[in-house]
Amino acid sequence: MADLEIRDLHVQVEDKVILKGVSLAVNKGEIHALMGPNGSGKSTLANVLMGNPFYQVVRGDVLYKGEDLLAMAPDERARRGLFIAFQYPVAIPGVTMASFLRTAVSARRGYDRELMPVAEFQKMLRARIEELKIDPAITGRYVNEGFSGGEKKRAEILQMALLEPEIAIMDETDSGLDIDSVKIVADGVNRMFEAAGGQMGILVITHYSRILQFIKPDQVHVMFDGRLVVSGGAELAEELEKSGYEGIKSQVDVVHAEVAESGAVRRAGKVFWVVH
Amino acid sequence: MAAQSPLGIDLDHYKWGFREPERYVFKARPGLDAEVVEQISYMKGEPEWMRAFRLHAYEHWTRRPLPTWGPDLSTINFDEIYYYLQPVEKQSRTWEDLPAEIKRTYDRLGIPEAERKFLAGVGAQYESQVVYHNLKEEWEKLGVIFLDTDTAVQKYPDLVREYFGTVVPPEDNKFAALNSAVWSGGSFIYVPEGVRVDIPLQAYFRINAERMGQFERTLIICEPGSYVHYVEGCTAPIYTTDSLHSAVVEIIVKEGARCRYTTIQNWSPNVYNLVTKRAVAYRDATMEWVDGNIGSKVTAKYPSVYMLEPGAKAEILSVAYAGRGQHQDPGGKVIHAAPYTQSSVVSKSIAKDGGRAGYRGLVKVYSGAKGSRCAVRCDALILDEHSRSDTYPYMEIDEEDVQITHEATVSKVSDEQLFYLMARGIKADEAMGMIVRGFIEPITKELPLEYAVELNRLIVLEMEGSVG
Repeated sequence: MADLEIRDLHVQVEDKVILKGVSLAVNKGEIHALMGPNGSGKSTLANVLMGNPFYQVVRGDVLYKGEDLLAMAPDERARRGLFIAFQYPVAIPGVTMASFLRTAVSARRGYDRELMPVAEFQKMLRARIEELKIDPAITGRYVNEGFSGGEKKRAEILQMALLEPEIAIMDETDSGLDIDSVKIVADGVNRMFEAAGGQMGILVITHYSRILQFIKPDQVHVMFDGRLVVSGGAELAEELEKSGYEGIKSQVDVVHAEVAESGAVRRAGKVFWVVH
Repeated sequence: MAAQSPLGIDLDHYKWGFREPERYVFKARPGLDAEVVEQISYMKGEPEWMRAFRLHAYEHWTRRPLPTWGPDLSTINFDEIYYYLQPVEKQSRTWEDLPAEIKRTYDRLGIPEAERKFLAGVGAQYESQVVYHNLKEEWEKLGVIFLDTDTAVQKYPDLVREYFGTVVPPEDNKFAALNSAVWSGGSFIYVPEGVRVDIPLQAYFRINAERMGQFERTLIICEPGSYVHYVEGCTAPIYTTDSLHSAVVEIIVKEGARCRYTTIQNWSPNVYNLVTKRAVAYRDATMEWVDGNIGSKVTAKYPSVYMLEPGAKAEILSVAYAGRGQHQDPGGKVIHAAPYTQSSVVSKSIAKDGGRAGYRGLVKVYSGAKGSRCAVRCDALILDEHSRSDTYPYMEIDEEDVQITHEATVSKVSDEQLFYLMARGIKADEAMGMIVRGFIEPITKELPLEYAVELNRLIVLEMEGSVG
């Protein structure tokens, strides 16, 4: 069984069905990319995995290390090593980053009654801030308040580095970042991934393939309209870059037609399609 | 199993809810009449003018109706209240002299710690008298007076008489009249011209007898160019019948002087906390009220600043937290009675479990107070659908050439914020506490460190169990 196993997940918001049967397996030591046009349901999947109460799961299961993830509250999921770098991090006025981060890291590390020692935390925080080339002044600022788009995204990756997750979901972390920032973030993520020595799996959700030039995925999945339609290797992202979602969509339609006709998976372009 | 907060505080016992057996030298009978007032004055050995002041105030009190414009006060039974208790026969000068049980109570409130940290003047009020006073020697050399008000009446009668009742006259309101009739204890501070007292003067107040009213009277005089920061923290143990706390605070801030008055109150949920606090600020003087109200059954308190000469400044910061059965009605009044005066009012209120918290404030600008500026901001945070927030911002502006801004927000803790914090492994109640602490941070950052810590700890206690 995979470390994170999503089975036939159906999700809706109020009356609107957004995910229409998603199945996906992510293991520690693997990097997956989830791509798709706007509104296809990528962020919904990320939020549902983290337990955002805004979304209702109507069918399907998610197993995390063999246990029912959907039965856990968001904080329990996080303490057990699931992480999401949010696309739109919210501001918490009046709460400093330093205080927030120390509380979060303490929770993740199993401190129950007290927080982890300040000196130990500060040392760790300084190291991660330096690696991610973040202005150290960020620790005295209020959580996400008045942050630029780029600062918010980097602050999310800082949290990822500090919380040392086992499965991390990065929701559109690259959007709104200039190319230098994308590189810095990608370097940081790659460093974390290597340092974890096979104990971290990552699901990179992205609209563009740009970040995948720096974070090399083992598998790429493409989502249309609440369904994963194709999966493949890193080359699928390159194909997407060339033909765009419309191109992929037409190829998918061709493949679907072929599969419907012959019942077999066929070669389409340079990519081997696996039809879900 | 004992309920534990995320920070490991035992919640089965209200933190300051311990009590010591009563042992009093003198105990007045409950209820109030002219005889009780005379007796109080006699026990204190007061001069005739103070006795007359008390009796005059008592007369007014009997005639003055209860205010009906604010929180419900009709359940106060004035006949059941003790108006004067005297815990020890005379003032203790040092910590060692204090009776053991009083020391134990103070130990639990952390006063020796405060003393260790600050080595500053500590006046602590136990029941109606200040029993412990310690003022740093160099300030005494500088002429700073920091005494309980009773002693000040004995030692500096002329100074007290000159200012006493001039800022808050007995006729101001029913509770000012009551306090004027039966007042006991409180702090008297005199800061001579040009003297800056750079470490906060602190006093702890504590009510420790059932149905015991506490009517302390504080008078602060800042001579021109001086500075003082006075800090009072109040905690009261839990009792089953109602208690009344009705203080009067009068402050005179002369030309170019600055006074900051910080209060953190955590009354038991049965206390009526009805306090009149008022300051007058002269040319280029600054008065700052920082007021934190947690606990009590009803709090009605509107720290005021009368800006009487050009360039005077007022700042009022208040935070209130109302839980089950509590009505917090804090606010502030800024009176612009001279040109080029400036004021700022920031109020933060939090209501949960059916509590009521809000803001009641007055901005008054007299005709001729040109070039004056005033900014009012009141934010309310409502934690559940049973709770309530009311905002009553009164404005009386009789001058054209002024800048007045008023901002008010009412918000709920957003699910997005809670989810964000929980997605980082932080438990729901702790996340809620964090958001609330962040909400009041503009106030807590103005507090001395240990008060900020105490306020945050109290919020954690209050927050426990507020997330279903």
